Amino acid sequence: MTDRAGKNAKGELLKPWASLAGIVALAAALMLIFPDRRAVAAATTWDYLREMVLILPAVMVMMGLFSAFVSREQVARYLGAASGIKGLLLAVLLGSLPTGPLYVAFPLAAALLKKGARVSSVIVFLSAWACIKIPQEMVEIQFLGLKFMALRLLLTIAFVIPMGILIERLVVVRGNRAPAGGTGEEGGFDASV
Amino acid sequence: MSVTVISINVVAVGCLVWAALKDRARAWQALVAAGRAFLRLLPTVLLIIVVIGVLFAFAPADQVARFVGERAGLVGILAISAIGAVLHIPALTAFPMAASLLQKGASLAAVAAFITTLTMVGMVTLPLEIKQLGRKMALMRNGFSFLTAVLIALIMGVIL
Repeated sequence: MTDRAGKNAKGELLKPWASLAGIVALAAALMLIFPDRRAVAAATTWDYLREMVLILPAVMVMMGLFSAFVSREQVARYLGAASGIKGLLLAVLLGSLPTGPLYVAFPLAAALLKKGARVSSVIVFLSAWACIKIPQEMVEIQFLGLKFMALRLLLTIAFVIPMGILIERLVVVRGNRAPAGGTGEEGGFDASV
Repeated sequence: MSVTVISINVVAVGCLVWAALKDRARAWQALVAAGRAFLRLLPTVLLIIVVIGVLFAFAPADQVARFVGERAGLVGILAISAIGAVLHIPALTAFPMAASLLQKGASLAAVAAFITTLTMVGMVTLPLEIKQLGRKMALMRNGFSFLTAVLIALIMGVIL
């Protein structure tokens, strides 16, 4: 079974390369049929390739550093303890630290909710995870400029916090949730220390 | 080389040096993870860049401007938000795509909407999200995120 799993993982790794080969073949065919478009297509591809190559290694290093120095467990621990408007701002910060696609965050969010974290914090955390990442902002600056990145970042933070609060109001029907005492586990540990 | 490229690389090298001084083993672990992630992302990035090049050569600027340009208004923004919500590509590749749309005459608002829904709303991952967080919360998060993206885009269109 491990052998099959290994093979599957390898297949998953090779799939994007196969897609790339397909697209390159298609592009080459198009360029053969429409030679007049060749210059524009080549120049554009070259421009974007250069811009990406110059920053991508740095961006990946930043992401690697985040993944090595900030563990998901640490992030979850801090988020579980957060509350109030300060907690929501902390959720923005905590969501911006871990790396990986958003669907990696769903099970973590579910676990946090089960442990009694606020719905608003978890929603804000997920939103920040999705679109606020320092390495990602770097790429945004490179392609769209500092002003665009900064404004979009500010607006995103300004909007996801009320969104989290609103969703919490709508989701949490009275009596639908475990009482706050349900998180006593960690409190008891603290008291013993 | 632009100031942006230099600063990004200086920041990355600076962080790496700081990390190595703090914990050499972990810094090495970070570098290995970065290399692995880079190789995993590379084909997708190259694919998107080739697609940008081909689209750029064939997409007529007046059509792009008509659909998602300044004059397309709210309908254009809603349409491109929907595309962003459905597309399932790495967030890092959204930025060059957005830049190429901008170059072809798309409005800043449309581009902002595209990036925001692409990162925050995920139709492809929605079933997974429903399974983990429940139907109500998952639908609400995606729905409100879509709305938020459109609002952010409209405000950016006014300010920039």
